[in-house]
Parts: sequence; structure tokens; C-alpha cells
Amino acid sequence: MRRAFLAILRRDLTLAARAGGGGELALVFFLTLVVLVPFALGPDLNLLSRIGPAILWLGALLSVLIGLDRLFQADEEDGSLELMRASPLPLEAAVLAKGLAHWLTTGLPLALATPLLGLLVALPVEGVLPLVATLAVGTPALSFIGAAGAAVAASLRRGGLIVPVLVAPLTIPVLIFGVSAANAALGGTVPFRTPFLILAGLSLASVTVGTLAAAAALRSAE
Amino acid sequence: MASLIDLANPTRFMRLSAVLLPWLAAAAAVLLVVGFYLAWFSAPPDYQQGETVRILYVHVPAAWLAMMFYSMMALSALGTLVWRHPLADVAQKAAAPIGACFALICLVTGALWGKPMWGTYWVWDARLTSMLVLLLIYLGIIALWRVLDEPSRAGRAVAILTLIGFVNVPIIKFSVDWWNTLHQPASVFRMGGSTLDPSMLWPLLILAAGFTLFALALHMVSMRAEIMRRRVRTLTILEAERLDRLAAQGAPA
Repeated sequence: MRRAFLAILRRDLTLAARAGGGGELALVFFLTLVVLVPFALGPDLNLLSRIGPAILWLGALLSVLIGLDRLFQADEEDGSLELMRASPLPLEAAVLAKGLAHWLTTGLPLALATPLLGLLVALPVEGVLPLVATLAVGTPALSFIGAAGAAVAASLRRGGLIVPVLVAPLTIPVLIFGVSAANAALGGTVPFRTPFLILAGLSLASVTVGTLAAAAALRSAE
Repeated sequence: MASLIDLANPTRFMRLSAVLLPWLAAAAAVLLVVGFYLAWFSAPPDYQQGETVRILYVHVPAAWLAMMFYSMMALSALGTLVWRHPLADVAQKAAAPIGACFALICLVTGALWGKPMWGTYWVWDARLTSMLVLLLIYLGIIALWRVLDEPSRAGRAVAILTLIGFVNVPIIKFSVDWWNTLHQPASVFRMGGSTLDPSMLWPLLILAAGFTLFALALHMVSMRAEIMRRRVRTLTILEAERLDRLAAQGAPA
């Protein structure tokens, strides 16, 4: 069972590393979004540094959502999803492996790229590390809530925008606590720990619920 | 529960609903007429809000119904996934646009009331925001119904999404207690009785009952339409298959 889990994980990571994987494209998309914001708001560094955490969180959220519809669709098309359904490995474990691979190739690189992008929005130095931490802890929730949405839309030929539309309202709590934790680190009445722990709790709950829901959706689509 | 199992037969449901529907619609019409008469002519204007308080006679039932229909959809989703009740996904599909409409009515009437009372159409208050999120979830569910073309598979996919989205309903209900922001806390159903004066409470309750029956009647019409739509779909497929067979038989000759 562990071998099958690791095999799926390794396969998805390899696929993402090769051409058309989408992992690095999410990063480029993130960069583009963050670059677009100063054009819309004007290059006022005071304003940008105040709303910097919000911009970066929003950018990360959109970058994670944008590629999600392919998470199970590609496997549905080439038949590997059938093999996962037929294998003795529980479908939940397969979903967990795929979600983990998705996070390792999108959420984690986005979190690691934040210090560089923070420079563009004049993020204060003491806010950089907490922001990276909130993104690293919060993006698994996005990947797994998204996995549930992607599983629901797995059999669609033209899913397109439907997955972001379904998933975005469900990610609002993660966005709220991610941004408020990142802002709390920059000063304010709330200590950083409180919203950060809630964010970690949301993330753990989303990984569990998202995995179960995605597996149920994939099973029902047989 | 026995009655729910009886209703699993679509033909029996069609027969029963055809009998019930006129009564339901008539009761809704009577209650709405009486309720609106009381709300517009007999209920006194509020000592602070003046005449604008009359907007709330529509706003409050709409908010209740938006949440009630989502709860009904979540129950139907359980019916689809757990009991595989054949009408559960029909009920769920029919409920989504009605619930979405009431959520929209709630938001629009709230905005119209908010302009003279709060001085703004919209604030990012916890309850307003969570109601807007409910509307977005409704729209997502309707969109998913429209892109999935095979009804039984679509039913199960939407059911899972509905259950995940149900998290939002308790958040709306208790948002005014958890976050003490602009929207007033519950005043009708609360511990220690309602804070409304009977002269305003009665029109509100009558209108709420009227809107509920009206919504249930709409739901029934919509379910009947959906059952007929599925029958037409099945008949079309069977006819196409028959023509296909005939063409295959005719081809060698």
C-alpha cells in the first residue's frame, strides 16, 4: 500500500517536472498577478506595503485554482483513474497522494517564492517570514478543497471555469485567516499565533474532508 | 419515513403532487394577500425606521427561505448518496434556482433597506457576506447542474458539493452572534421570546408562512417539470436507438 502511494506521488511529481506539468506555470501566473496589481493601484509603496499580504494571498489562491481542473481530468482521459479505482489501494490514499503532489508542485513553490515577490509590494522585512509560514500552512487547504472540486468535475470534457467557480467560495475562511495572520505579524492587536493556529486547524480539516469528498466523488462517477 | 419511500415512485409522486399543488398554491395566495395587507396597511410604522420597516416583511422571510432551501438540498443530497432515493436529486435540482432567487431577494431588499437606514447599500458585515457566499454556492451548484449532462451522475456529484457547502449555513445563522457587526442579532426566534411587538410579529409570521408555501408550490412545479424533462430525455434516447437499429437492419438490404 505504501509502495502504491509513493508510486502515484512520484508519477505526479515527474509529470509536473516534465513539459506541460503546470507547476512552474502557476509560479509565472502568480508573478504576473502580483505585477499587475501596482499597475491597477498605482505605484504607491505605502499603500502596497499595507495591502501586500492580501495581494500575495489572493495571487496564491488564484494560481492554485487556475490549474485545478486538470488534476483528475488527465487521469480520467488516459484511463489511469480506472486503474486507481481498480487497485487495492483505497481511493482516499490515491487522492491523498495526488493532492500532496499538487501541493508540492504548486503551493510549496508559491510559498517559497513569496520573499522575492514581497519585494515588489514593499513588504516590511519582519512580515516576510510569517507570510511564508501562512502560505506554507494554508495552501494545503486550497489544494485539497480544490481536489474535491476537481473530482466533481473530473468527467467533464469542457470543465474550464467551473472548478474555480465551485471552489472559490469554499476557500474564503482560509483566505480570511491566512491574511489576518500575515497582517497580525506586521503589528496590530491580535497576536500572530491566534489566527495562525486557526489557519493550521482549517488546513488539517480541509485535508481530511477534501480527501474523503474527492474520493466519494470519483467513486460515484464510475 | 414510509411516505417518503412511497414517493420514490415518480408516477405516484406526479399523481399526488397534481392533487396537492392547487391547494398549496391557493393557501399560499391567501396567506400572501392577508400578510401583505397587514404588513402594508395595518402594521404600524417603526418609531425609528418609519415606513422602511415594511421592506423587512419581505427581507426576513426571504432570508429564512434561502437557508431553508439550502438545508433541504443538503437533506436531498444525503438522500441521493445514502439512500439512493430516486427523487432526491430531482428535489435537489429543483430547489437550487428557487433558493438562489430568495438569497438574491434577501440581498436586494437588504440593500434597499440599508441605504436609508445604515446610509449604504452594502457593508462587508459578517451576515451580509455569508449570505453573499451562500448565493455564490447556489450559483456554483446551478452551473454544475448545467454542465453535467447525465442526470444520475450529475446528481451524485452535485450532492457531494452541496454537503461541503452546507458548512456555510450555520455560519450565516450564528454570524450575528459570533461577530458583533452591523447587522442586528436574531429578534424573532431567540431565547426568552421574540422582541417584536405582536402588531409587527403577526404580519411577519403570516407572510413567512405564505412565502414558504409559495416556495414549496414552486418547488413542486419545478420537480414535476424536471421529472417530465427526464422522461422526454429517456424517450428521445430510446427513439434514437430504435431508429438506429432500423437503419442498421435496412443497411445490408
